[in-house]
Amino acid sequence: MSLTKDQVHQIALLARLQLEERQFDDVVDKLSRIVDFVDQLQSAPTDDVTPMAHPLEQSQRLRSDVASESIDREAIQANAPAVKDGFYLVPKVLG
Amino acid sequence: MSTDAGPLHVRTLTELAQGIKEGDFSARELTETLLARIAAKNERLNAFVTITGEQALAAAASADEARSSNRAPPLNGVPIVHKDLFCTRGVLTTCGSRMLENFVSPYDATVVERLKCAGAVMLGKTNMDEFAMGSSNETSFFGPVTNPWNEKRSPGGSSGGSAAAVAARLTPAGTGTDTGGSIRQPAALTGTVGLKPTYGRVSRHGMVAFASSLDQAGVITRSAVDAATLLGVIAGFDERDSTSVDHPVPDYVAGLARPLKGMKVGVVRQHFDEGLDPQCGARVREALEVLRQEGASLVEVDLPNLALSVPTYYVVAPAECSSNMSRFDGVRFGHRAENPKDLLDLYCRSRGEGFGAEVKRRIMTGTYVLSAGYYDAYYLKAQKVRQLIVQDFRNAFREVDVIAGPTAPTPAFALGEKTDDPVTMYLNDIYTIGANLAGLPGISVPCGFADRLPVGLQLVGNHFAEERILNVAHQYQLLTDWHKACPEGFE
Repeated sequence: MSLTKDQVHQIALLARLQLEERQFDDVVDKLSRIVDFVDQLQSAPTDDVTPMAHPLEQSQRLRSDVASESIDREAIQANAPAVKDGFYLVPKVLG
Repeated sequence: MSTDAGPLHVRTLTELAQGIKEGDFSARELTETLLARIAAKNERLNAFVTITGEQALAAAASADEARSSNRAPPLNGVPIVHKDLFCTRGVLTTCGSRMLENFVSPYDATVVERLKCAGAVMLGKTNMDEFAMGSSNETSFFGPVTNPWNEKRSPGGSSGGSAAAVAARLTPAGTGTDTGGSIRQPAALTGTVGLKPTYGRVSRHGMVAFASSLDQAGVITRSAVDAATLLGVIAGFDERDSTSVDHPVPDYVAGLARPLKGMKVGVVRQHFDEGLDPQCGARVREALEVLRQEGASLVEVDLPNLALSVPTYYVVAPAECSSNMSRFDGVRFGHRAENPKDLLDLYCRSRGEGFGAEVKRRIMTGTYVLSAGYYDAYYLKAQKVRQLIVQDFRNAFREVDVIAGPTAPTPAFALGEKTDDPVTMYLNDIYTIGANLAGLPGISVPCGFADRLPVGLQLVGNHFAEERILNVAHQYQLLTDWHKACPEGFE
């Protein structure tokens, strides 16, 4: 196994994913296989190679900073699990 | 025309557009015919997540009205289905995930909008691997799609629902997206035509993002002519997609007629290495021979880093995926866990419950390769190897006009066959991933059968050379009729 259980716990926390305990060994096994597989990149000689940023070598287009089309707030918030007076509701953050 | 072109469901999009225009049948008649077929056949295929019968009939009525008042747009009344990751206003967009099981987009994706404006009638939203992460359609929360050619086999993925629906004659065409082969591979496995345009050619606005430097929208059809027609509608600059390219859109249909004589077709030595099923290899070589006999010259080229394209992809794509998927937080949209004890618990449980196993693996792989201490070894390294892969293609296109080879290493594999080992599944995309890493256009066209399952020929072109690959595909289809083969039970 290239990854330890502790490492996978840490990755899951960073990724904000709760994993079911009964599936945990399977996750460690499969993630390890993926990491082993991508490890073959290490053997490629890339000393003088510039990392690629964009397939077409184009730069980021900018637009003028003016308001344009927007979507109605109510229509957007219709998909939210919990809203009140236009705000999104979450569990209490400050004690 | 209506008598000799056969029943409506077997006709191509071009034939259907013509038939409506000439009044051989109405858009309503056509829509009703296909909705009835979907109702009868979808249980076997599971190709649709949502069937939009009511909206389709309303759109068909508008199309018939437009025709009678002589203001019909180019695809007036022509049926289309959309992969369920294109946002459609007022209709569910699930991405094949529990996370978006109830998500209704407040706007249309640019691709959807453009097809709507061109008069196309949406019949429904098609099943797919969850968030387009998969090559078999088995990662969908709504269950796998089955292949019309053999119900125990996968239609490929991730755009497997669109591909199965087109192959089963439930629709003449469907949209798809291709991040590592997700249009071309299912097209190959279902005997359909699948076109992935150049990165930036078609707007990604309203397409739920997976890996933003690789994702591209395209189409699945039953002929190169139909793919050319649809690309002409969906291609073009869109200021709502920051990577959309402002490059003129040629008349793709007009470009199809060019003869193959003098065309230089690259044959990649590494494509025929071990790993390619011998029967698939034989079908592809026969297809190359057809092109040669028609006057094209076959030129051997090398893509020395081909084998590294899959590991490169499985660093870059998960890295971008982990960033893109962070938007699903259980707060603004999507699944939310019940009774969270605090904000962290809300995030972790909502995501843990909302995402399936493969999506979680990709998010975690991406999180790992981007994390402190591993970034240089994995992500930066992969972006350097990606540069080498791009350079290989650049060198090849100095010698040839198009590259031709297999789309997938095997014909359709059995459902369940590759689910135990993610790496085995990933290797299915060995021939398609390179075009995504380099941003190149590619098309898969049917080129025969292996064990009664379709085989695909892939044509890859240089940046913005869609016209050229469509041209070769069309000329090939004038000489062969593999694209007309219909799976048993769906005639």
